[in-house]
Amino acid sequence: MFESLFGAIDAVLLARIQFAFTVSFHFIFPAFSIGLASYLAVLEALWLKTGQDHYLDLFRYWLKIFAVAFAMGVVSGIVMSYQFGTNWSVFSDKAGPVIGPLMAYEVLTAFFLEAGFLGVMLFGMNKVGKKLHFTATLMVAIGTFISAFWILSVNSWMQTPVGHILGENGQFLPGDSWWTIIFNPSFPYRLVHTVIAAYLTTAFAVGAVGAWHLLKDRANPHARIMFSMAMWMAALVAPVQIFAGDMHGLNTLEHQPVKVMAMEGHYQSHPEGAPFYLFGIPNSKEQRIDFAIAIPKASSLILKHDLNAPLAGLDTVPREEHPPVGIVFWAFRIMVGIGMLMLGIGMWSLLARAKGRLYDWPLLHRAAMVMGPSGFVAVIAGWVTTEVGRQPYTVYGLLRTVDSASPLAAPAVGASLVAFVIIYFAVFGAGTWYILKLMSHRPKSGEAGVEAEPGPTRTAGITPAPALEGGQ
Amino acid sequence: MSVNIDLTTVWAFIIAFGIFAYVVMDGFDLGIGILFPVFKGEERDQAMNAIAPVWDGNETWLVLGGGGLFAAFPLAYAIILPATYPLIIAMLLGLVFRGVAFEFRWRDPAHRAFWDVAFTGGSLVAAFSQGMILGAILQGIAVDGRAYAGGWLDWLSPYSLLTGAGVVAGYALLGATWLIVKVEGGALDHAYRLAGRAAIATLALMVAVSLATPLLEHRYWQRWFDMPNMLFTSQVPLLVAIVTYFLFRTLKNRATWSPFLLSLGLFLLGTIGLGISMFPYVIPDSVTIWDAAAPERSQVFMLVGVVLVMPLILAYTAWAYWVFRGKVGSHGYH
Repeated sequence: MFESLFGAIDAVLLARIQFAFTVSFHFIFPAFSIGLASYLAVLEALWLKTGQDHYLDLFRYWLKIFAVAFAMGVVSGIVMSYQFGTNWSVFSDKAGPVIGPLMAYEVLTAFFLEAGFLGVMLFGMNKVGKKLHFTATLMVAIGTFISAFWILSVNSWMQTPVGHILGENGQFLPGDSWWTIIFNPSFPYRLVHTVIAAYLTTAFAVGAVGAWHLLKDRANPHARIMFSMAMWMAALVAPVQIFAGDMHGLNTLEHQPVKVMAMEGHYQSHPEGAPFYLFGIPNSKEQRIDFAIAIPKASSLILKHDLNAPLAGLDTVPREEHPPVGIVFWAFRIMVGIGMLMLGIGMWSLLARAKGRLYDWPLLHRAAMVMGPSGFVAVIAGWVTTEVGRQPYTVYGLLRTVDSASPLAAPAVGASLVAFVIIYFAVFGAGTWYILKLMSHRPKSGEAGVEAEPGPTRTAGITPAPALEGGQ
Repeated sequence: MSVNIDLTTVWAFIIAFGIFAYVVMDGFDLGIGILFPVFKGEERDQAMNAIAPVWDGNETWLVLGGGGLFAAFPLAYAIILPATYPLIIAMLLGLVFRGVAFEFRWRDPAHRAFWDVAFTGGSLVAAFSQGMILGAILQGIAVDGRAYAGGWLDWLSPYSLLTGAGVVAGYALLGATWLIVKVEGGALDHAYRLAGRAAIATLALMVAVSLATPLLEHRYWQRWFDMPNMLFTSQVPLLVAIVTYFLFRTLKNRATWSPFLLSLGLFLLGTIGLGISMFPYVIPDSVTIWDAAAPERSQVFMLVGVVLVMPLILAYTAWAYWVFRGKVGSHGYH
């Protein structure tokens, strides 16, 4: 360990930590804005349909929060588009011909979204008419989805690479069909699972804000609407997500069985039904789970829908192909555990609804508040599961992580990592603080729009609306 | 093969256009950030409002530049970014600070002094880093096979420090001349004075860089001074001289738009000069655009998206600038 401290492996490890840090920080904001964009579209649609001003008030309330979250997503995203080259240049050279175009489409989509519709959505309510404004909101929601589509397609191709040919210079080159590359085997599952995760994350954040204001004033009509809507999402979408996650897991078992072995903590093969570990400390040295609490044969039931189905373990795989089991094992359990808690809250809310106590059950409101940030934790845990679980590869089975990194010296990567950590916590900490401050404001009738915020004449993206505002 | 060559050249121009668009558009944003401490009180509000509606869209061109380079010329992306690693990181972090300072300066008035420093510091670091990246590429990058082969401080040289200073001065010129278009009152007098000084600094550094570049390596010398090339290349310094003359004259006559447009002209000539020095190399003497290019299938697939979306982006950008025309006050447009 110590002699390698100044060797090449440490520059790679530092680069991995840096990527994990910057991408985790970044993804918190899109995870929120993907869901929030759709929520805003629903609120505006309800307002247009029913004419009830409460929906407009809520739209304006959440729009202010959306503006900040979106801005921070863009700022932290710019860093990501350079991380591939700075820290993973060999990977960029080799995989560039295949994933570069997909990422270019993501950039073009994001660009178009920013330039075209976000400005109208933020500032144009009084300028372009209700219908056109709703169209803009809808386009922003669709745009965030398209953005996720391309990025997840890239990630999925790295997990389950197909449709490429190998060039003489070691590059992955696109084969006959871009369709095959884009819709690679794990992509549909990952897309559905990730987008639903964003919706649930947003629902629990919205629910927590609603619960907080209900605890202060049970009669607040705005708090009631947002809490009720969030709890419907929890009750209806959490089960769907558990199903989608299960399907994604089965897909992973088919294409990346070693990842599933790590998730399950199956060091050994189980020819007659494998247990599911509820708890345990993976011990990779001894290749066993210490302090295990297990349900016999449950893993075979989940993965093969058969109690006695045999499951291969990590003992069938060479040691140098093993991912870090402990991280994957625990990240997976955190994600699944939170999913189950979300389902629990959803069921509880149904019970409260049936008893007519949805707005009148402080313990439920407190629980919903505690669960407010849970979606973010689950989303990060899910990404850790899938990204650490596909180690030691960047392009699964084809390009190793150690062979993907830039030829950089450890001090350069280490220094930049420290800079990222300090600056991200300062800057995005300030942003998160501001979002929390906005959330603590009581939603009220006649909620002011974004244009009433203190600030310069501004647009997120480039929009003419504020000029018209001030120009009259 | 001939189709491939054409496509690669087309892509080289698309990327060059993207980078040029970024440099001139975010250039005046960063320039105003650099000049920010010189302004006081209400003048600062005016200065910030002069770019507030457009800076975000301007900065997005950087993503297009980076993402486009990765997609169209992955090998160049894979060599240049590790070679200039600390500069890229510094630039990105500078831009993070600059971007959020816009928002927090107003929303967090208790710490306005801090966010003002973040705005200026972020702008300065980003501009200086960009200039040094340019210098690091021009002075040459050690390449072995398909990878960067130098150390992590190779980019640091007197030459790259010179190009860094040059870009800072150039951005300050763009910023000051943009302010001439946008502000009024005492801030306007201020902007004219600053533009004159920034113009002198820019030209001095431009001349210094132009003299230093052909001396870096023999090849640059040939490109500029061998006959018959010189009949063409000599037009560039000639035009620079003409543009400079008009720049100082319009500044003296207190013209509104001309100083900014003439500054853009200087940047365009600088870019053409770069093209003469580099084309068709992306990394001098080692990697050409054809070496670095993605395969034809990738180029065609992306071109479809660019052809569809780019006109929309350009049209929208033009519209936004049109709507925000005219002077800005300390409380927004009027």
